[in-house]
Amino acid sequence: MPEALIIGTPKELFPGENRVAMTPESAKQLQKLGYTCLVQSGAGKAAGFSDEAYQEAGVEIVKTAPSLWKKSDIITKVRPPEDKELGYLAEGKTLISFFNPGGNEAGMEKAKEAGANVIAMEMVPRISRAQKMDALSSMANIAGYRAVIEAGNNFGRFFTGQITAAGKVPPAKVLVVGAGVAGLAAIGTSTSLGAVTYAFDVRPEVAEQVESMGAEFVYLDFEEEQQDGAATGGYASVSSPEFREAQLAKFRELAPEMDIVITTALIPNRPAPKLWLEDMVKAMKPGSVIVDLAAERGGNVEGTVPDDKVVADNGVTIIGYTDFPSRMATQASTLYATNIRHMLTDLTPEKDGLINHNMEDDVIRGATVTYKGEITFPPPPPKVQAIAAKPKEKAKELTAEEKRAAETAAFKAQTKQQVMLLGIGGLLMLLVGLIAPASFMQHFIVFVLSVFVGFQVIWNVSHSLHTPLMAVTNAISSIIILGALMQIGSGSFLVILLAGLSVFMAGINIFGGFLVTRRMLAMFQKS
Amino acid sequence: MEFGFTTAVYVVAAVLFILSLGGLSGQESAKRAIWYGIVGMGLAVVATLIGPGSGLWLLSLILIAGGGIIGYYVAQKVQMTEMPQLVAAMHSLVGLAAVFVGFNAYIELGRVMAMSEEERHALEGFAALLAHKTPVEQGILKVEVFLGVFIGAVTFTGSVIAFGKLAGKVTSKAEKLPGGHMLNAGAAALSVILLLLFLNGAGIWTLILMTLLAFFIGYHLIMGIGGADMPVVVSMLNSYSGWAAAAIGFSLGNDLLIVVGALVGSSGAILSYIMCKAMNRSFISVILGGFGNTTGPAMEVEGEQIAIDSDGVVAALEDADSIIIVPGYGMAVAQAQQNVAELTRRLRAKGKEVRFAIHPVAGRLPGHMNVLLAEAKVPYDIVLEMDEINEDFPSTDVAIIIGSNDIVNPAAQEDPNSPIAGMPVLEVWKAKQVFVSKRGQGTGYSGIENPLFYKENTRMYYGDAKASLDKLLTQIS
Repeated sequence: MPEALIIGTPKELFPGENRVAMTPESAKQLQKLGYTCLVQSGAGKAAGFSDEAYQEAGVEIVKTAPSLWKKSDIITKVRPPEDKELGYLAEGKTLISFFNPGGNEAGMEKAKEAGANVIAMEMVPRISRAQKMDALSSMANIAGYRAVIEAGNNFGRFFTGQITAAGKVPPAKVLVVGAGVAGLAAIGTSTSLGAVTYAFDVRPEVAEQVESMGAEFVYLDFEEEQQDGAATGGYASVSSPEFREAQLAKFRELAPEMDIVITTALIPNRPAPKLWLEDMVKAMKPGSVIVDLAAERGGNVEGTVPDDKVVADNGVTIIGYTDFPSRMATQASTLYATNIRHMLTDLTPEKDGLINHNMEDDVIRGATVTYKGEITFPPPPPKVQAIAAKPKEKAKELTAEEKRAAETAAFKAQTKQQVMLLGIGGLLMLLVGLIAPASFMQHFIVFVLSVFVGFQVIWNVSHSLHTPLMAVTNAISSIIILGALMQIGSGSFLVILLAGLSVFMAGINIFGGFLVTRRMLAMFQKS
Repeated sequence: MEFGFTTAVYVVAAVLFILSLGGLSGQESAKRAIWYGIVGMGLAVVATLIGPGSGLWLLSLILIAGGGIIGYYVAQKVQMTEMPQLVAAMHSLVGLAAVFVGFNAYIELGRVMAMSEEERHALEGFAALLAHKTPVEQGILKVEVFLGVFIGAVTFTGSVIAFGKLAGKVTSKAEKLPGGHMLNAGAAALSVILLLLFLNGAGIWTLILMTLLAFFIGYHLIMGIGGADMPVVVSMLNSYSGWAAAAIGFSLGNDLLIVVGALVGSSGAILSYIMCKAMNRSFISVILGGFGNTTGPAMEVEGEQIAIDSDGVVAALEDADSIIIVPGYGMAVAQAQQNVAELTRRLRAKGKEVRFAIHPVAGRLPGHMNVLLAEAKVPYDIVLEMDEINEDFPSTDVAIIIGSNDIVNPAAQEDPNSPIAGMPVLEVWKAKQVFVSKRGQGTGYSGIENPLFYKENTRMYYGDAKASLDKLLTQIS
């Protein structure tokens, strides 16, 4: 049996990067998959995981990066590898990390030449099965949360409206542009802090999600068939110039009222669209805060400086940090390490500590950018296309008249049905009455009325008492005993015998039925 | 005693029976309602015993007492999981009694007709009633007897087979003889011909032959229906036993029999309707047995079933605030209701909100799950119906599925080609996390894949329901 592989996590080299790709918790889970885990000394320090904590979880500490890269068969990392690190790659090694394959030709070439397999975490396809390894989403979630916190840090007022002895405080108004994962996280955080939250997105189908988070969706008065987000992998697409104009006009209208604006609008493989122009920044009140989560791709806001905080002339703060996840390194590391762990779980179907790099698997294929000396980027489209739910036919809002019309129609149909039934029933009754003698009709009336009473009464029986109902109807249907009792006095022996048997059977039923019902009912207790 | 007195008692009894059924609308009033039923039955029997036309009352009392002892013994001994069998067995008794009483009515009629004019005047009770019938009335009487015996006979064999299936003594698969429903239709058609012959005075052999045919129909009809459709079958037989009593009531000219028969008949009919509705199937398709053909290929199920061990379940339960448990027939089979109740008590003691979601056709009898949970002392106010709880799943942390399958199958909503498409189901997959306690990877009764097991938020907790819960209980204090 081949020896189990070793997973190693080096310290991140990128300045200011606090995250780490393996936590003591995730290491324990990885060991369950059969792997041995290594970590470079001090790798988790900035994220709050000490070397001791790793050792306790059974992870071996390696002093230097080169020896770690040498010992490990699988390297898990956060940031794309730097040149120095790419140099450590060797044939048969697997690197799992963010890689930015779209803008990292050189890196891919180098990895290819080294013969290493690289799995880029940002390339995990957006299908429901792969959600557990979708590191972009888990990082975006943190960014959204942190954006609100960061804004609050730079904002001079409360989020919640309060009426205190020292005067009334109005609630802060927050606008979130772009309701992706980060946007939704920002909305959730903002509403739970008590701010009045508005949200905008070019995909109208997310309005429902926005409203479910407690924010108000900003609708445009614009008639255009928006391309369904589901068709583009759940991401937004480029909009028409007219649409853009309508959108900007709406923002211009909102700008003076908003205290905090958080922009998260990104279009895949393009620079971030400019949505918050200079005049809008100018229109905002002094002391307002803008957080531009798209800063890394050039920013949604005119005036954003990536990785920095600037104050515009009118006192509006514009935050362009790009390292929100790293600012919450403990949380981010936990989530990222779990994403990695799920990826490795899928790579290790046998739980034997050996990688089975199955290029037939949509998720693994999609995320792999170099494999066995070949560049495999970009991946073919995934076989499973179901990304978002099928576009639902939105039920049209009925106007009051339409509603009333529908109700009247339903009422009429019901009346018609009832009259029909009554008519047919009455007619049948008359027909029976024509032929049958009076003595029969008397009984028949009793019968029909009882059926009627039965229907009225039984509909009210509670669902939970259906079994007792059956037992009790069972007992009372033994009323047939009356027939047998009336016959048992007959002169014929055969009749007496049959009647006797009937009495006996009905006797079983009466006692059995009632007693078992009582037993059942006695068990129903209120808490 | 005078006839008028008996009738008066019958009126009182009929009212009591109606109140008894009406009282089942709530758990508390039901405890009172059952006494109405018992008193009504007692009054009716006593009034008949001392009323006109009865005889051999000592023998009658002994027989009732004898039957009563057996009934008492059975009622005390029966396990709550065996309720479906018991109910089916009791239906068969009513059916057979109806057959006997119907035969008696015919024999008596023949006997009375053979008497001379003077002798007839000396008769009393039932015989006297027969003696005063005109020929037209006799004709109607014959139809009534025929119908009563027919329904009674179908009820009898049908219930015996249903009992066998529920008790596991007969295979619970849908099985038909070659010829299928044509055999039933043929037997029914033959019965109609026999009825015509019978009316024209062909004698008792027609009645006997028809009874045999009806026995066959009952047997064959129920054999052709599978195990999971049993809630419908049992309520249908419940209904039949009522109609049989009503038909016999007509032939005996006894209004109380008619009233009670009609009450029971309509009660069973409504239950069948509710059950069919809960499965989104027409009554006809249930009776014809088996699931219909699909209209197209089933949707591909994507993903994998992910197993979880008890540690994972316990951890999730510890974290959860709101939990919904969905029990099914598997819980009854594994006799796991006590463990479920214990788990519920412990979780509730920790301040968690625990509720039960009951699908109308969960189990093998309408309301089966409610009775099992009640037996295990789960308070009934946390046991909710599908309509009451379905909207709460999205805000629920953990949903636990114990031994149910088709009633939580999302394919009913998502896959228009699924055999169960359109059936109302519990939307458990909307909960944040779903645990499925299940013996193995097999499919449910309908034999269709359940995409729920492949969902992202679903974890499979394999093992016998009872053993699995035992394991959980050792870890949750």
